[in-house]
Amino acid sequence: MISLNGVTKIYHTNHSQVKAVDQVDLQIQSGEIFGIIGYSGAGKSTLIRLLNGLEKPTNGTVEVAGKRIDQIKGKELRSARKEISMIFQHFNLLWSRTVRENIAFPLEIAGMKKSDRLKRVDELIKLVGLEGKEDAYPSQLSGGQKQRVGIARALANNPKVLLCDEATSALDPQTTDSILDLLVDINKRLGLTIVLITHEMHVIRKICHRVAVMENGKIVEHGDVLTVFRNPKANITKRFVKQVTEPDETMETIDYLLEKYKHGKVVKLTFVGDRAEQPMISKIIKEFDVEVNILQGKISQTQSGSYGTLIIHFDGDETTVEQAIEFIRNQQVELEVIANV
Amino acid sequence: MFETLLPNVKWDKVIDATYETVYMTAVSVFATFFLGIILGLLLFLTSKGNMWENRFIHSFVAAVVNVFRSIPFIILIILLLPFTKAIVGTILGANAALPALIIGAAPFYGRMVEIALREVDKGVIEAAKSMGATMSTIIFKVLLPESMPALVSGITVTAIALVSYTAMAGAIGAGGLGNLAYLEGFQRNHSDVTFVATVLILIIVFIIQLIGDMITRAIDKR
Repeated sequence: MISLNGVTKIYHTNHSQVKAVDQVDLQIQSGEIFGIIGYSGAGKSTLIRLLNGLEKPTNGTVEVAGKRIDQIKGKELRSARKEISMIFQHFNLLWSRTVRENIAFPLEIAGMKKSDRLKRVDELIKLVGLEGKEDAYPSQLSGGQKQRVGIARALANNPKVLLCDEATSALDPQTTDSILDLLVDINKRLGLTIVLITHEMHVIRKICHRVAVMENGKIVEHGDVLTVFRNPKANITKRFVKQVTEPDETMETIDYLLEKYKHGKVVKLTFVGDRAEQPMISKIIKEFDVEVNILQGKISQTQSGSYGTLIIHFDGDETTVEQAIEFIRNQQVELEVIANV
Repeated sequence: MFETLLPNVKWDKVIDATYETVYMTAVSVFATFFLGIILGLLLFLTSKGNMWENRFIHSFVAAVVNVFRSIPFIILIILLLPFTKAIVGTILGANAALPALIIGAAPFYGRMVEIALREVDKGVIEAAKSMGATMSTIIFKVLLPESMPALVSGITVTAIALVSYTAMAGAIGAGGLGNLAYLEGFQRNHSDVTFVATVLILIIVFIIQLIGDMITRAIDKR
């Protein structure tokens, strides 16, 4: 559906040049939710704008839905853009139009008849759950409702690709989740390909199938979300994964607990997929004569399975503890001893 | 009562003069609105980083606007006399004042339009582009509606300036309340006529401000 080859974008400022995107190759399949994560300034905003021709690459080719976006312009580019919609961090609604008129805007651009337009707008309002708000102005809506209008507007012309430019970054956590659920829902119902950029690993974890990590204009790592979570390679990826699995406060708690537990071992277990759902700890307690103390645990759901971490403290006879650890290793659960007390 | 307090006021003349002032103001406001929007759009769209970025056209339009904005209005009328004579056929009366009024006010309003357009959210323009909007769609469905409150409050200010321009034009033969105050009031030393003309001009200005504020409030949904 989307294919980028050797894409580079250089901005010229007064005296220097900035490589916003540097030799990026990327393939995105039809029907997939693909996430691009990076800190601000990593070049992800530029990258997503290359996909609908709002920016043109300095080098390389950009193909989306069978069209060479880097080459076409004028009328051809405008008609291609009707298949590649975009939603924005700050929603970018027209304040002078009501919800209904905002959603009708892309239909006006496409030249749809007024009666058809009204019908289509009603369908879209239902799809995004904004019944009763048709005649409200954007200033009367909450952030989440505004983004729903943005999504309805983006879906109006039945696009093949939806680009999300930090679509949830201006929303509170609860609203973020409801918008992400809506995106998954339309991805499944309409078979839409979704490309999103974000700086929040939570968003990637919750809805993406595959992820690419961007730093300094380059894609430093990409792959299946679950694989990247289990085995992050680049340092920046490790930092992003920690956003979800180990918030800073967790490490502080563990440091505090380590002072209290003077014996035994503290280990961190990482479960992926089905293993995350098995009752392993109770087995250990039954089979080995060790004290098990759960310090912290978390299971996160991704689109392709669950992913969990558990930090536990083993206390008891040294050899028995070793045996228990060996047992866990044999279960193909990743284990890391983080403290030997 | 009016006869004793305002002995020199001839009311039929006052009514004619008021009509002329309102006529000159209305026609020139209307023309200034359209001409100013065209100038403002040109200034905005050709400026750096915008859709028709063109340094040559931008500097040219900006220079013309600045020159006409800087010439004192009373001098502009005199400079434009040959032009007025050519297109209106006379240099006397309300119609003869119109070219100078419009040429004096449109550049002033054009700058206000440019400022209003610059306030339109760049993201909204980007969103329209991402939907495949043409240039004319962006102008007529995004730029102008989104800046309309500022455009209306700008034309209100310009209209009030135009009322005082008509008075100046009146002094050199365009008719209207300015003409009445100058010829009947000042030159014949009938200060009651000047007083009535002043009050009427103030009333016109208040009404313009009131209408402008009402429209701005009604269309601003932000």
